[in-house]
Amino acid sequence: MEWLFSLAPDFAVEFWNWLPQWIQVLAENLLYIVMIMVPLMLSVAYVTYAERKIIGYMQVRLGPNRVGPKGWLQPIADAVKLMFKEIIIPTNSNRFLFLLAPVLTIGPALAAWAVIPFFDGVQLSNLNAGLLYILALTSMGVYGVIIAGWSSNSKYALLGALRSAAQVVAYEIAMGFALVGVLMASGSLNLGDIIARQAGGFTSWFWLPLLPLLAVYFISGVAETNRAPFDVAEGESEIVAGFHVDYSGMAFAVFFLAEYANIILIAALTSLMFFGGWMSPFGSMADHAILGDGTHWFILKTMFFIYMFLWFRATFPRYRYDQIMRLGWKVFIPITIIWIVVEAVMVVMQVGPWAVDAVAATATVMGGS
Amino acid sequence: MSMRTLKHYVKSFLFLELIQGLMVTFKYLFKKKITLQYPEQKTPISPRFRGLHAQRRYANGEERCIACKLCEAVCPALAITIDVEERDDGTRRTSRYDIDLFKCIYCGFCEEACPVDAIVETEIFEYHFENRGENIMTKDKLLAVGDKYEEQIAENRAADAPYR
Repeated sequence: MEWLFSLAPDFAVEFWNWLPQWIQVLAENLLYIVMIMVPLMLSVAYVTYAERKIIGYMQVRLGPNRVGPKGWLQPIADAVKLMFKEIIIPTNSNRFLFLLAPVLTIGPALAAWAVIPFFDGVQLSNLNAGLLYILALTSMGVYGVIIAGWSSNSKYALLGALRSAAQVVAYEIAMGFALVGVLMASGSLNLGDIIARQAGGFTSWFWLPLLPLLAVYFISGVAETNRAPFDVAEGESEIVAGFHVDYSGMAFAVFFLAEYANIILIAALTSLMFFGGWMSPFGSMADHAILGDGTHWFILKTMFFIYMFLWFRATFPRYRYDQIMRLGWKVFIPITIIWIVVEAVMVVMQVGPWAVDAVAATATVMGGS
Repeated sequence: MSMRTLKHYVKSFLFLELIQGLMVTFKYLFKKKITLQYPEQKTPISPRFRGLHAQRRYANGEERCIACKLCEAVCPALAITIDVEERDDGTRRTSRYDIDLFKCIYCGFCEEACPVDAIVETEIFEYHFENRGENIMTKDKLLAVGDKYEEQIAENRAADAPYR
């Protein structure tokens, strides 16, 4: 905030100091929230554009290129179109729940950004239980899906919601276990500490010792966001668009935003937990402004994982429903459990990359709780 | 555990086949795109293309159609309606020649049936209707199209003549 004071005229500074403390805190936090939300919403819009463009390119097409130069205004045009469309509320639907569902879907997807560290200390709230908070919020999204499916008074929506809910619940367990692995390696639930533990170059990030957990986490993340190849919840040939068939206009747009906000969130989390967040891959070798640590590395890594989402969608055919369930329950959960045991043994025996202080940190966490 | 199941496990746990698939799409990401930017670029059109209909005239300005009704008879969609009259000079002519473009399936049978090459299908395919009734191509409209595009129509007939 100090740099703002140096810019502002004297009377503004005086006015600010005259305000009661709670208003100051509120205004400051609101400012930070806007500073996170606006770029996030813009990137959500442009992830949709990137998706259509990249998948188009992979299918030897050009993708959207008519609205504005090279189609850059396409997401704006889409948003304007959706805003002017009517929100149709189906007969006999539960009006309150019908309108609540999109809010419940997008709320957690945005709220989770509160604890994402963009740089050392640059985060809205430096929560000590950040990882738990993330786990809790990513689980909340499924309520929106179930409520949307149920309140639409449509069989398609209900079936889509049930499929989606069962899938999300199944993969959440594997995802949680994968994060337990990260927690054991870092000895902390605080996302800033998790990144600090990965200090050093490309090889000291957690992806290497936790490789199986990385695979499980990212694939579960794809399943969790109901994206291809796990998008049975919106199998066009069977149940049209799944739980949001009956939504139109801005209510639909909110679901759409939530889906893409979740993609960005999962990509960001993957780069935080396994790829060192804002750490430079060159480690201490390069202290240059660009090659050194910084938010730009976090953004680049996140973009790479977003690209992976799109790449998967362009490549893989949709899983059959029972195969999805088999993968979640009978493959991923055993893998993560086994790896957690292996990791625990390694931590105790002090084998591998987590050295003495990791054990010490784990001990403090255990003792402190 | 047999060797085969072991191999299967190794394969699926290393994502070998999935990575193979990803590589294919990655290669296609950089391939030359085959999309045609339609209004600016167009595909070449064959001289046999069957688009909007037209009626032709002889070089002296006399309309070709002799109202033999063969096209009306052959039309599988019953899109053609013809009324006949005797003109003042004693020749047999149509007083009405309507093609309903909503019924027409652009099969080209009318063109093949015509003994005097009067009714033809041109290579025009970008047209639309804004009002009810505009879908009926009357004799006047057909002749107007024929007059406007006669050069191109004759050229296309000549190009296709050796194969007929």
